[in-house]
Amino acid sequence: MMTEKLVVIGNGMAGCRAVEEILARDPGRYEITIFGAEPRVNYNRIMLSPVLAGEKTFDDIVINDAAWYADNGIVLHAGRAVLAIDRARKVVEAEGGLSVPYDKLILACGSDPIRLPLPGADLKGVVTFRDLDDVGEMVRAADVGGEAVVIGGGLLGLEAAYGLARRGMKATVVHLMDVLMERQLDSAAGFLLTQALTERGVETVLSAQSEAILGQDGVVSGLKLKDGRVLPCSILVMAVGIRPNTALATAAGLATGRGVIVDDQMRTDDPAIYAVGECAEHRGIAYGLVAPIWDMCRTLAGALTGDAGAAYAGSHLSTRLKVSGVDVFSAGNFAGGEGCEDIVFRDAGRGVYKRVVLAGGKVTGAVLFGDAADGGWYFDLMRQAADVTAIRETLIFGQAITEGLSGLDPSSAVAAMADDQEICGCNGVCKGQITSAIASQGLTTLDAVRGVTKASASCGSCTPLVEKLLKLTLGDGFQAQTGPAAVCKCTHHGHDPVRRAIVAQELKSMPAVMQALEWTTPDGCASCRPALNYYLLCAWPGDYRDDKQSRFINERAHANIQKDGTYSVVPRMWGGMTTPAELRAIADVADKFAIPAVKVTGGQRIDLLGVKKDDLPAVWADLNAAGMVSGHAYAKGLRTVKTCVGSEWCRFGTQDSTGLGIRLEKFMWGSWTPAKVKLGVSGCPRNCAEATCKDVGVVCVDSGYEIHVGGAAGLHIRGTEVLTKVATEDEAVWTICALVQLYREQGWYLERIYKWMDRVGLAAIQDALADDADRRALYDRFAYSQRFSRIDPWAERVAGRHAEEFNPLSRRLEFAPA
Amino acid sequence: MSVLVKEPAIIWTDVGAVTDIPRRGARRVPSPLGDIAVFRTGDGEVFALMDVCPHKGGPLSQGIVHGRSVTCPLHGRVIELATGEATGADRGSGCAPVVPLEVREGRLLLGLASR
Repeated sequence: MMTEKLVVIGNGMAGCRAVEEILARDPGRYEITIFGAEPRVNYNRIMLSPVLAGEKTFDDIVINDAAWYADNGIVLHAGRAVLAIDRARKVVEAEGGLSVPYDKLILACGSDPIRLPLPGADLKGVVTFRDLDDVGEMVRAADVGGEAVVIGGGLLGLEAAYGLARRGMKATVVHLMDVLMERQLDSAAGFLLTQALTERGVETVLSAQSEAILGQDGVVSGLKLKDGRVLPCSILVMAVGIRPNTALATAAGLATGRGVIVDDQMRTDDPAIYAVGECAEHRGIAYGLVAPIWDMCRTLAGALTGDAGAAYAGSHLSTRLKVSGVDVFSAGNFAGGEGCEDIVFRDAGRGVYKRVVLAGGKVTGAVLFGDAADGGWYFDLMRQAADVTAIRETLIFGQAITEGLSGLDPSSAVAAMADDQEICGCNGVCKGQITSAIASQGLTTLDAVRGVTKASASCGSCTPLVEKLLKLTLGDGFQAQTGPAAVCKCTHHGHDPVRRAIVAQELKSMPAVMQALEWTTPDGCASCRPALNYYLLCAWPGDYRDDKQSRFINERAHANIQKDGTYSVVPRMWGGMTTPAELRAIADVADKFAIPAVKVTGGQRIDLLGVKKDDLPAVWADLNAAGMVSGHAYAKGLRTVKTCVGSEWCRFGTQDSTGLGIRLEKFMWGSWTPAKVKLGVSGCPRNCAEATCKDVGVVCVDSGYEIHVGGAAGLHIRGTEVLTKVATEDEAVWTICALVQLYREQGWYLERIYKWMDRVGLAAIQDALADDADRRALYDRFAYSQRFSRIDPWAERVAGRHAEEFNPLSRRLEFAPA
Repeated sequence: MSVLVKEPAIIWTDVGAVTDIPRRGARRVPSPLGDIAVFRTGDGEVFALMDVCPHKGGPLSQGIVHGRSVTCPLHGRVIELATGEATGADRGSGCAPVVPLEVREGRLLLGLASR
């Protein structure tokens, strides 16, 4: 058989792998010529990141050296561009007048990095991240030092930024989306990645749009963002995606879409021409990862060596980030839609987050952060569409544990283990040691077992096994040992441990809390998110950014939702006092917006009922214009301060109860609390302000002020208890603020003051406030928090904040939904 | 005799960008049959339902979105976004109608009937 001539355009990963696969099948079949655009032998492009980071050298990543070409009789034209394909004559024409005839031609031209058409994109120092020359330019910039900016928070962009940071630059990643690698990661993993990169000297700017690249004397000097920020830099890397290189194919008249269109044998519409790798488009998909390229090359080699059965059916995709010490793996789809189920495992000690998504008993996606060792296993289960129902319980703990227990249900598997079988690998603890410790020392909790045996005290991955041993050894006794109720189904922690951890570990965001406390869902639920949002707000005033998506609708819309979906609006009336001007403004608003009901509330204010959501900002604007602010009638926060007319008017009044009420309200309004807080101030023991059934009440007497706490007149009727008695109005204000701060710091979310008091005891509250210095510290913390709280939320929204909350997404549709 | 019933054609109507909806949030789209609620989960998945809780008609668009569900703001029914069905103990008690929704290049397209 005569040797055929095979020409490969592209000396990259696809081109050379295709040749290797052909040589492996039928070494003598073809006389091979390879054209490469880069003036060097074939290297592993995906290892450019470690080269940039200085963790590998170019020699380390060479796949085929010059000897390989020689040994296999391959002619390599490196650094010589192909100009045209003459399909009629079956000849490839290259630079320097070179013409090479072919019987079979493989296009493996790869892709070009996308360059954003920003002003200044042609400045010196603006590079992409594609080949060794780009790496060279980045390394030279890093040698000088300074700042680097990378546009694009995908795989390649992050690896570029990490590499530049490793070389001593201050690197910043600018990403359009609000989550890094948003195609591969969920927001929990994205948060951990952002954190891990910060620890490695890479800053991230999310939800950022680039506007222009700034330069000086033709050299890049910074990136300007749409919001006006300027990030200075001496090198700017664009890593925003790739575009299949189809120029030659298009010029030769081959069918192209996004890439060069190929069939299942990787053949283009010219039977002598094939395409593989990133330049090819198969069944509408142009791949940009290496695994599908290997699959394509195997098929292509089969097709070119006479294997009639060779066919490529597309590839599942998986991704691994190559940043040292940051283990990230993602495969499949984690936003699975109907019937999907999440299994989440977190290990705060090791910084691990794992999420496996199941649908119909099969793995459909996996996101692993911090420990990606089992990525390949989940990926295999996914590709095989294996039924994992039988191993569901242990699936999230990985292949080793699951296969160690295969065929057994988890509890009987643990029961069946021999006493000398190791449970905790970190500390070398066997089953027998644990069970005998439980039995002999009467251990009943995981913490106790950890304390005595050290089992599961290090990495924590054997925690479920240790818990099963506890359950097996104690039977029902284990269940009985559970502490206070968990916050919700997403966690086994109660409110107190969560609040303590937020402060002690300085957790300042919701994803940070969920990771540190090993939440079992990716992003919480409607019970825990509002609670965490409050706890964070209380712990870090001025620092924590309120998450409005974790607020109940009333607090998100700053009005009370009614049964028909309209809202009610209650402006604040300080201490229940109002003026003719305010009343006129309220009447005008009611007329102007055709508000159907106006009602006097129990808290000495006026309620406008039946306001359409779209009208809320306009209603507030008019009320603001008359000097009124939100009454927070919707808030888990300070509601009303009810007063009587006191010594100002009343013949029995002993003190200025109205004045004290107004003073309290003006100081305390806007504060968020675990549940609603209502105050009352009565000017004498006749108690016309009904202060003794309020959360906090003041009853004025001749000699001073009785401060009451823990009343309720709702679901439960409760008279207050007397907290203390003080002589002056100042002391009354300090004491009440300190008391409310104590409640803010100790109360469980949705727990009213009287329930908190039942739980901790009146004596404990009195103790906490007894010492002047302690009381002063509580008051100071309240006052500090109030610096960020006494802001009218209505005025902010009138000014345009969160407009998307109030406006419909689009104008009214003409047709009904199908 | 067979009668040819002509299926109404679906009109795909652009109502905005996926990113116009906050993650773990929803927006309303007014229609002749009442509001449509378009949801976006923490994972960035989007769903559309008629904005009516099967329990007492509460506006689901105003609820807290968590996982692939929304909690109704009126009485706390948890509704599955993909099916509009109540979950947990309330399963089978009714359904918020699903509205056809497609995403093309980051834009949200609602499927409307031409008649």
